[in-house]
Amino acid sequence: MIHEEISTDSRTRRTLSGAARVLLALKVDGPLAVGLGLTAAFGLAVLYSASGENTPMLVRTLLRLVLGIVIMLAVARISPNLLRRASPWLYGLGILLLLAVAAVGHVHLGAKRWLDLGPIHFQPSELMKLAVPMMCAWYLHERPLPPRWSDLGMLALIILAPVALVAKEPDLGTAALIAAAAAVVVFLAGLRVRVLIALLLLAVAAGAVGLRFMHGYQRERLLTFLNPEAHPLGAGYHIIQSQIAVGSGGVFGKGWMAGSQARLDFLPERTTDFIFAVIGEEFGLLGLVVLLLLYAFVIGRSIYLSMQCPDTFSRLLGGSIALTFFVYVFINAGMVTGLVPVVGVPLPLVSYGGSSVVTVLSGFGILMSLYSHRKLMG
Amino acid sequence: MKSRRVRQRAPAYRWRAYFVLGVLAVLGLGLVARAVDLQLVDYQFLSQQGNARFTRIVTIPAHRGVITDRYGEPLAVSTPVDSVWVNPRQIMQGGDRVPRLAQALHLNEPTLLRDISSNLNLDFLYVARQLPPPQALAVKALGIPGVYLAREYRRYYPAGEVTGQLIGFTNINDQGQDGLELEYNSWLTGLDGEKRVIEDRYGRIVQDVDSIRPARPGRDLVLSIDMRIQYLAYRALKAQVEAQRASSGSMVVIDVDTGEVLAMVNQPAFNPNDRSQLLPNLYRNRAITDTFEPGSSIKPFFIAAALMSGQYNSHSIINTSPGYIKVEGHIFRDETDLGPIGIYTVLAKSSNVGMAHIALSLPPALIWRTLHRFGFGQFTSPGYPGESPGVLLPYKTWHPIRIATMSHGYGLSVTALQLAHAYATLGALGVERPVSFLRVNAPPPGRRIMPAKLCRELLQLMRGVVRPGGTAPSGNIPGYTVAGKTGTSWEDDDGSYREHHFNAVFAGVAPSTAPRLAAVVVLRDPRAGLYYGGDVSAPVFAKVIGRALRLMGVAPDKPLPAAQTLQVASLQ
Repeated sequence: MIHEEISTDSRTRRTLSGAARVLLALKVDGPLAVGLGLTAAFGLAVLYSASGENTPMLVRTLLRLVLGIVIMLAVARISPNLLRRASPWLYGLGILLLLAVAAVGHVHLGAKRWLDLGPIHFQPSELMKLAVPMMCAWYLHERPLPPRWSDLGMLALIILAPVALVAKEPDLGTAALIAAAAAVVVFLAGLRVRVLIALLLLAVAAGAVGLRFMHGYQRERLLTFLNPEAHPLGAGYHIIQSQIAVGSGGVFGKGWMAGSQARLDFLPERTTDFIFAVIGEEFGLLGLVVLLLLYAFVIGRSIYLSMQCPDTFSRLLGGSIALTFFVYVFINAGMVTGLVPVVGVPLPLVSYGGSSVVTVLSGFGILMSLYSHRKLMG
Repeated sequence: MKSRRVRQRAPAYRWRAYFVLGVLAVLGLGLVARAVDLQLVDYQFLSQQGNARFTRIVTIPAHRGVITDRYGEPLAVSTPVDSVWVNPRQIMQGGDRVPRLAQALHLNEPTLLRDISSNLNLDFLYVARQLPPPQALAVKALGIPGVYLAREYRRYYPAGEVTGQLIGFTNINDQGQDGLELEYNSWLTGLDGEKRVIEDRYGRIVQDVDSIRPARPGRDLVLSIDMRIQYLAYRALKAQVEAQRASSGSMVVIDVDTGEVLAMVNQPAFNPNDRSQLLPNLYRNRAITDTFEPGSSIKPFFIAAALMSGQYNSHSIINTSPGYIKVEGHIFRDETDLGPIGIYTVLAKSSNVGMAHIALSLPPALIWRTLHRFGFGQFTSPGYPGESPGVLLPYKTWHPIRIATMSHGYGLSVTALQLAHAYATLGALGVERPVSFLRVNAPPPGRRIMPAKLCRELLQLMRGVVRPGGTAPSGNIPGYTVAGKTGTSWEDDDGSYREHHFNAVFAGVAPSTAPRLAAVVVLRDPRAGLYYGGDVSAPVFAKVIGRALRLMGVAPDKPLPAAQTLQVASLQ
């Protein structure tokens, strides 16, 4: 009897430690995985309502999520050393693919963003969201920090080449995100304050010049953002409708599948870029805060994990992944609530759309790899 | 252990990390603040804006009231139909939309395209009105953006041309245009309701929220018309108008006890269901709108004046020798010299000379007052669209020659309804009741304008007209006595008489001993040879009133000929 009790007890302990051991073996960070899982689950529920109970859409999203998870698990097992050594190759491949897009890309909705690989439509710019910061981290890895002027010049080249190619597609949103992800790496590498200020001024000047070279619709978006009521049926429609949707949700929301703006089709792009407004309408302030807290947890945990890494490459890349994720969330939520202009940035893990989920989860896979293999590094 | 070592190794990063975290926190709180701003501060406004985007107030069309005859037989009913309308700007956004719509509606595509593209400033344009609902739904099912349906009601008249002019018709917007449809338009018209609905961005109604005001359907109208008598009158008049090749004809039947119009028909007929017949000379209700000189059918009212004057009674004898009378240089003749005759014969033979003698012996004011009280020169049914009051000149303008001509029905004009009403007053033994096109449940008390005793005497005197030797033996009805009078007048064509164009009139009440029905038959310009009221119009009167009295179960007041007794017995 006694023997049996002990064995039962030890079995429980073994099971618990078993789960931990499985996670360890998978190189997966438990808290981060839970945070991502909860966010994705919330996203699926919202998508089901936003799409008008479109089950096939939900199944497709679920399949992409599974694909993303598989890739995340795979990436998590790759040693950071390998990741680091692969960085320039990945970057080079990305540049080649972007050139291929420019040459023989698939045009959809007026933009040349896709490579038609048989059944899969692939956006090389998604790859570059990870490859560019990896390249930057790789470049800075062996160099003295904070970086010297010559290094900064080189980094500018590394960043601007793909950004220019993506912006040319045209996909200004993704270009900006790639630039942001890379800029975070450079920033984390340590810039002198006066360099930082100089770059900031340069960015403002570049923005002003860029406005002149923008496509008509891009400039219109920006101007509309400043005064949406000027074009209530045109470019301002998205902004006005999304704010109405969010605002009419109130504190507690109208309830799941009861958001009239979304369900009656008044809210544009409600399964993709404006799904945040659906959450605001159906789950209210409460729902938005819960979602933002989930994101905050994921981001906080990511920052914590990257800070645990001993080497420069890991810390820079990890920090970039965490902060890029934050930028996604902030820009999307800000755009929907009218804080930032309308740019086509999906809400990570919630918006409907293929490549984004895979990219985001791959990024977290890298982060997990960096953290779980940290003892090998250094 | 490990983390401390990291921090020690890279102390320069610490402020940077705090700075980054601080920025993240500020931005994150900014998002939350913005959400609070929208969802708490601006909640009222934005929620209202949201509702304004999907709640719409739509009208619930109310259908028009049903018109029935006195027994509930439907005479005018509204049936639901659908009209197709487009939003011109919306439909022009797709190149294939107009051609598809044109095909579905069997419309000429270039014409439709021109109509739509020339109205781009509108939000609403009908392209097809009043389609049967299945056809309209088929168009809707094509799902062409910018194409919508509107529920409407279309008026159908089950009795068609039998009640055509009397009931009138409505326009495409279900508003009465003529006849009783116009007179009782506000009674028949419903009040559209309103309801709040939820619509999606494409204008499709997703859900009814609440009713603001329910639709109040139009009220029903129960007419005094008895469709059995109406059909009888219609058939008899139509047959006679065709047989006598008359240009037109009218018949009015009035219930003596209540003043209700039981039948009113005209020829040529008009079918309100067929819009191609919408011509004034067809849809005009001649029995009310057209006047004619009554001819000898006015004579009983001069006799009424004579009896009321006290100068005459039913035994008075008038000397009509030598068969003519000269009044102010004008000679009025009878067909033969009738010699000294009673009033009975004056009426039966329709002696113009006798009538002139009587009329010239009476005070003009008395004649005028009597005619006026019987309703001549006044509206008989005020409110009925297009009614004519007829003409009765003031007696101060009367010269002897005018009195003489008026006594046989010239120099004044009447409508068929007006004449029928006057005869109905005679039939009611001197009690004048307003005519009614609506069923009367309690007969109005009426106004006595002539002593009942004198009325009875007058009706007795009028019975000779349909007897052998009278002017209208064909107006005789087996089983019922008839008190009537023929009239044949020159047709008045804008002030000058048309030679050999006549109005043939017969007016009477039956049974004369206890009158129930009064009726007038007028045929205008019969061209088949006969033109006397007694030959042309009296047979229609006899046929219709005889059958109507039997239908109404009125007891016969004279013995039937043996053969007819058998016939009636077998019918019963």
